[in-house]
Amino acid sequence: MADPMRIRAQAAGDKTTVRVLMSHEMETGQRKDSAGKVIPAWFIQEVTATHNGKTVLTADWGPSISKNPFLQFVVKGAKAGDKIAITWVDNKGDKRTDEATVS
Amino acid sequence: MQTRREMLARSATVAGLLAAAGFLPSSALAAWPQAAFDAKTLADAVKALGGSAPVESKDVSITGPDIAENGAVVPVGCATTLPGVKRLLLLVEKNPNVLAAVFNVTDAIEPNLNTRTKMGQSSNVFAVAMMGDGKVLFASKEIKVTLGGCGG
Amino acid sequence: MKTRTLIGVAALALCAGAQAQKSTADGIAEYRKMLEDGNPAELFEAKGEALWSQKRGPKNASLERCDLGLGPGVVKGAFVTLPRWFADTQKVQDLESRLVSCMATLQGFDAAEIVKTPFGRGEMANVTALATWIAAESRGMRFNLPQSHAQERITYEVGKRAFFYRGGTHDFSCASCHGDEGKRIRLQELPNLTRNPGDGIGFAAWPAYRVSNGQMWSMQLRLNDCFRQQRFPYPGFGSDVTIALATYMGVNAKGAESIAPAIKR
Repeated sequence: MADPMRIRAQAAGDKTTVRVLMSHEMETGQRKDSAGKVIPAWFIQEVTATHNGKTVLTADWGPSISKNPFLQFVVKGAKAGDKIAITWVDNKGDKRTDEATVS
Repeated sequence: MQTRREMLARSATVAGLLAAAGFLPSSALAAWPQAAFDAKTLADAVKALGGSAPVESKDVSITGPDIAENGAVVPVGCATTLPGVKRLLLLVEKNPNVLAAVFNVTDAIEPNLNTRTKMGQSSNVFAVAMMGDGKVLFASKEIKVTLGGCGG
Repeated sequence: MKTRTLIGVAALALCAGAQAQKSTADGIAEYRKMLEDGNPAELFEAKGEALWSQKRGPKNASLERCDLGLGPGVVKGAFVTLPRWFADTQKVQDLESRLVSCMATLQGFDAAEIVKTPFGRGEMANVTALATWIAAESRGMRFNLPQSHAQERITYEVGKRAFFYRGGTHDFSCASCHGDEGKRIRLQELPNLTRNPGDGIGFAAWPAYRVSNGQMWSMQLRLNDCFRQQRFPYPGFGSDVTIALATYMGVNAKGAESIAPAIKR
């Protein structure tokens, strides 16, 4: 099972800044190993963010996104105690969901 | 005449053959916009997502460093001050595949996303806003990429 | 009237031009600043924190009784006092070799096996994660390695000798790159490690996440790679020379603020 994400959600007035660090290789499929064989593409393709269960953002990613991806966005109208959940799915079908409480 | 079942079976076989040959996406998600991510230019990527020709606009912004010490991790942000945006796209002009990310924006978030992208070389980076009324607007910034020395 | 306005505009244009001429060093500094928030090292910190209290190994025990120099289980502040002398092992040890000792004594792991494991794999990866978290627990604190024990002082002197020792195919020493002010390799400024190079620089900046390869580098790995770059044979993990060099650098960095775990190119 993939390593957990780090999610920080900080409320400042009406805006909550969410910062996510995901643990993933994000292999482009362009690299070759020392034997000359192509290292297969392995990357997060879809990201979903929810606020108290309601989807607020979805994203489609390509392998250009850096290894151990970082994502930052601002949710409107969230307050301390609310739940932010992030889910990612990669091109192998692996997925991971983590949740954080708005502080 | 082929029955529906026969046709589906044939499609599956063909799909299997294509996958084996490496032509199908190594994608677990049917909804992933393969054609857009395969595109080699900004215009093609936008077209593949159903957008019209992109027009430069001061109401869209692409933020990032002027120079990145290492192209593996370049912090970039795409945003717009206009209401009614449906999607924000991030593209790196000189990458093998231009499209880096598609953000489907809802009213619940600010149209301002930050992430980190790989850049193979110094290049223009684009932020594209696909608006609800069909307009497609973009902004561009040049980011230089260096190869540092010894990793201290 | 018109002339004055034109001169005014020209002056403004000149000023704007000069300000827009950001130096490369400034540009790099800006890039590094942008990466500080959201350092992937946090992923390793989280892992290390979990590993510290998790019951593992043949003895099914946690590391919570591990003495990092300030007493069993005391983590906060320990990082900035290492390497130091430990009575139970009768050795001067750095953070990573001390972690291996604890993993062996408390959890029953085979120390020799861990030491042989390449960086980034198996239990060695766990050592790195633990080191990352333990360093984070001292972030912002200032280095203050003890030199009260005779062995600590001897180790410092050995480290100094090793630092200036020239060898290998290129006749390099650590001092070749780090023995003076103002040295640089391409865009990388090389800190002078014969003295305190400043807050968050040199010894005070590792462990660090390296964006170029997406790896978490501990001080042992940093030294290992320095040896490689000098065309020296690889040092053994936790070997005397690595502890001695770390002691030399750490004592020299007395008073410097630790920013570990940091983010690097």
